[in-house]
Amino acid sequence: MIRVVLPAHLRTLAHVDGEVRLVVDGEATQRSVLDALEARYPMLRGTIRDHVTQQRRALVRFFACERDLSHDPPDAPLPDAVAAGAEPLLIVGAMAGG
Amino acid sequence: MSEVRVLVGTRKGAFVLTSEAKRTRWDISGPYFAGWEIYHLKGSPADPNRLYASQGSGWFGQLIQRSNDGGKTWEAVGNQFVFDGAAGTHLWYDGTPHPWKFARVWHLEPSLSDPDTVYAGAEDAALFRSTDGGQTWQELPGLRRHGSGPSWQPGAGGLCLHTILLDPTHPERIFIAISAAGAFRSDDAGTTWRPVNRGLVSQGIPDPTAAVGHCVHRIAMHPSRPGVLFMQKHWDVMRSDDAGESWHEVSGNLPTDFGFPIDVHAHEPETIYVVPIKSDSEHFPPEGRLRVYRSRTGGHEWEALTKGLPQRDCYVNVLRDAMAVDALDACGVYFGTTGGQVYASADAGDSWAPIVRDLPAVLSVEVQTLP
Repeated sequence: MIRVVLPAHLRTLAHVDGEVRLVVDGEATQRSVLDALEARYPMLRGTIRDHVTQQRRALVRFFACERDLSHDPPDAPLPDAVAAGAEPLLIVGAMAGG
Repeated sequence: MSEVRVLVGTRKGAFVLTSEAKRTRWDISGPYFAGWEIYHLKGSPADPNRLYASQGSGWFGQLIQRSNDGGKTWEAVGNQFVFDGAAGTHLWYDGTPHPWKFARVWHLEPSLSDPDTVYAGAEDAALFRSTDGGQTWQELPGLRRHGSGPSWQPGAGGLCLHTILLDPTHPERIFIAISAAGAFRSDDAGTTWRPVNRGLVSQGIPDPTAAVGHCVHRIAMHPSRPGVLFMQKHWDVMRSDDAGESWHEVSGNLPTDFGFPIDVHAHEPETIYVVPIKSDSEHFPPEGRLRVYRSRTGGHEWEALTKGLPQRDCYVNVLRDAMAVDALDACGVYFGTTGGQVYASADAGDSWAPIVRDLPAVLSVEVQTLP
């Protein structure tokens, strides 16, 4: 079970409270987790990564285990603690007002 | 008993304002999509409970929301806007080629007859259409591939397609406008396009009378006379009596002919409204006095409408999609400001009162007249 924490606006959009828990087929990577997330919550498609290029949106970051994973390759394994469900993958909107 | 529903898009969410036909007591609901920019929302003429909204943010991109109950509840529908084929380039502000890239939807125009068909005007300038209620979107690429496309240059707000007018008497005819390319017309339901800018004169471009390159801010049409178009250009208020084939200036005695919105009275096709703004670098009313100007002669002769509007120290702007009219008698006129006020007139502009005065900056105002 992978735990994912969404930013507030995306929690509202997906109609979820608190963490999202996902079953991910195969190895837990950014791509496989986002695939599972978007399959369960189709309204999130295009909000975290581009529909076509699959590139992370510029003002969205991925943190876990006190590390910034945003620039890791999308198919790199996530930290063991995330894969084991001990730590969440944090999807974060860049800290900026507006 | 008729009812009026005013749909307001703001920098931080959408609001729905409703009133009985007297338009004296208003119920305000919202914010919907709190914290998101709502560039535009509009109802289907064929089913007034079907609404579409353009929701976006710099963080999470573009979303389209749809309501089937007049705005009480919403669902996110399709948000994949992909150019048909190679994206190509337009010109950047510095005149160098710049790749076409989707940024946001500025304007949603539901079909006149089918609630599931809706057009979307995008930045960078492109026209998309959905025929399944917004679930999927297809570009009408003939516009972007018009031979002049590589020469289009953005206005200060981006290279945006902001106006979409559907001709009720010629179902195949569509007018659109792009800042800063100009006006275009299709007579084959959006397959092919040609610029319709003859008569426009813009001093900010190398050839002031060029076929394209004009910063058209808004075009309005009365549905009973779709061949007559009114345009607020960057500078100049213009009129066409031949479906855009030619334009002539009708700025007349306006205190300044810069501005953004323009609209037509619901029952008097020669009565039009603009909100003069001081200049392109001073986006506020001249002398700090917020005045709507009305012409009952289709242009040239204008009167200031000031009753109920602030006549000192007012430095708001009224954006291009932020004015609309209802279909009641007398015609109601509405506009929203960047200061968060939504003003309404229930007597065709003779007097005004704020419905609400402290919303986030207003980006768009649309009105539905319900039976």
